[in-house]
Amino acid sequence: MNDNSYTADRRRLLKVLAAGSAAAALPLGFGTPAFAANKRIALVVKNLGNTYFDACRDGANEAAKQLGGMEIIYTAPTKPTAEDQIAVLDSLIAQKVDGLIIAADDANALVPVGKKAMQRGIKVISFDSAVATGGRLMHLSASSTPMIGAKQVQMIAKTLKGEGEVAILSAASTMTNQNSWIAAMKEEWKKPEYAKMPLVATVYGDDQDDKSYREMQALVKAHPNLKGVISPTTIGIRAGAKAIMDGGLIGKVYITGLGLPSEMKDAVEKGACDSFAIWNPVDYGYAATMIMADILGGASAKPGTSVKMGRLGETKIGDDGEAVMGEPFTFDKSNVEKFAKIF
Amino acid sequence: MKRLATYREIILAAIIAVMVIGISIVAPAFGTRDTFVAVLNDTAFLFMMALAQMIVILTRGIDLSVAANLALTGMLTAMVAEHHPDLPIIVFVVLSTVIGLGLGLINGGLVAALQIPPIVVTLGTLAVFRGMIVVIGGGAQVDGANMGANFQLLPKLTVFGLSSIFWIAVLIAVACWLFLTRTRPGRGLYAVGCNPVAARYCGIDLGRQQLIAYAISGAVAGLSGYLWVARYGVAYVEIATGYELTVIAACVIGGVSIGGGVGSVAGTLLGALFIGLIVNALPVMQVSPFWQMAISGAVILLAVIINARAEARPDKLILPRARREAARVGA
Repeated sequence: MNDNSYTADRRRLLKVLAAGSAAAALPLGFGTPAFAANKRIALVVKNLGNTYFDACRDGANEAAKQLGGMEIIYTAPTKPTAEDQIAVLDSLIAQKVDGLIIAADDANALVPVGKKAMQRGIKVISFDSAVATGGRLMHLSASSTPMIGAKQVQMIAKTLKGEGEVAILSAASTMTNQNSWIAAMKEEWKKPEYAKMPLVATVYGDDQDDKSYREMQALVKAHPNLKGVISPTTIGIRAGAKAIMDGGLIGKVYITGLGLPSEMKDAVEKGACDSFAIWNPVDYGYAATMIMADILGGASAKPGTSVKMGRLGETKIGDDGEAVMGEPFTFDKSNVEKFAKIF
Repeated sequence: MKRLATYREIILAAIIAVMVIGISIVAPAFGTRDTFVAVLNDTAFLFMMALAQMIVILTRGIDLSVAANLALTGMLTAMVAEHHPDLPIIVFVVLSTVIGLGLGLINGGLVAALQIPPIVVTLGTLAVFRGMIVVIGGGAQVDGANMGANFQLLPKLTVFGLSSIFWIAVLIAVACWLFLTRTRPGRGLYAVGCNPVAARYCGIDLGRQQLIAYAISGAVAGLSGYLWVARYGVAYVEIATGYELTVIAACVIGGVSIGGGVGSVAGTLLGALFIGLIVNALPVMQVSPFWQMAISGAVILLAVIINARAEARPDKLILPRARREAARVGA
């Protein structure tokens, strides 16, 4: 089967149709631009077979459907390496796509290929993992460090009604993102409403299930009055939740943090975890695609300007060329089941 | 002549007892029955994998691929469970053991047939096995929710409060002890490790002994792979990364000589228990996480130093104790 010629034919056909009905094109909702001609946007993620990115693709398709006149090409290398990703990008540049949305396998290695694309008039943005400045117009972060930190403290405060000892179960003590999130949590913790909710310990599970599990057991023993645990890592939170469930601690200790719905569904339903957060990958793919549409529609995406994210509103691009989608999305009993099927 | 091994084991047991008492005084929360049950449950993996590793080390070999084998077998078994969640537990137990055995035979075959140094062979297969997880699973993980309840049932079964994983480790320990003290191939492992040349003159085939050792190591790693995935409810590329070093450390602390030919079931179990105690106690004692690794490392070094001194004594003997004593009485 020759997919390429089929796609090309269909594109030509759609172009003719679109040109014919250009005058009749209706302005769509949310103030996003509608395209007269069919735009092809490639969503290039880190590697294939990754359910997280598949969810991002679903969001991108949602945006494309909402906008109309847009085709999403979802592709990635089979291995998450920069070399393989560059090969994929080169072939997309040769196919003259209109826009590239990249989750980079390597920030710096992709700069030349990003530059090459932009020289040929292709708009390039990155999401999830940034392409370094120079290789893209802008980068969309899922959330910001202060938001991620604050959100997790707010969640445990809500579960515990602001009272009780809390500990942090992190990944490795050397991970920069973990440490900056913990610093952001401590910043939030200074607020007076958390006065009765002291942070008693920070321990490290090294993103290994067995060590995280042990650290969780030890936390409970070392701090008999412990009521809550924040684990800003998907491995820590699932191992910690398992230790709570296995140790008969449901109702005595609650865990929250950054987790994946498919892994946390059981813990939420059994009551080991009241709520947890992570960015919604469907929204993430949606927002990135909406921004790309905005840029293709004429937005400059220069630092200091704003770009539109459809139903998610607008976001301002910072001096470093980076914008933030929003605060992490909260999952609890009401929605975990639904999202567990997605990622 | 006093048996040095026994002496060593008594010392290690005494150190462990002193540690338990000391830790319980410093951190009263540690000195409960629950804690000891938790430590034994947690250390169960280390018990069985250290025993299997000891068997390899006895032949002057080393198996660095055990953790990768565990992860690969765990992944494969989990993927089978994903598609056939209703299979009985015994199928998963047998399947994982067979897969692990197969991977172990690859190691054994390369070491025995080609006489490539074991550290090189298993370093290579370590990378290959980990790589295969990405190839087979497409880099994705298998979640507990998709494995089915049956698959995850075994580690939850308890007898006297101790997990089935612990009891499986006990069975393996008994089997190892019988194998090493009562069978010809078992004694052969000590022989080829002590003196390969003399062993050959006695008609003991080095290659065959190596094949047996790596096969056992692989089978135990494979079985552990299923149990690990079932216990933690997730299979992905990086489970048990670096665990092979903990396993080898348990052997070294337990008095197994890296030079081959020296090592006992009791010593290895005590070595594993020692590590299990440390990794469980340091967090409860609220020792800074930055110090925990350094303390664990220092303890291993200390064990190696004691070992090196012990090895200076000419105490490597092939005969089991009963026959050794019989020989002495006869002479």
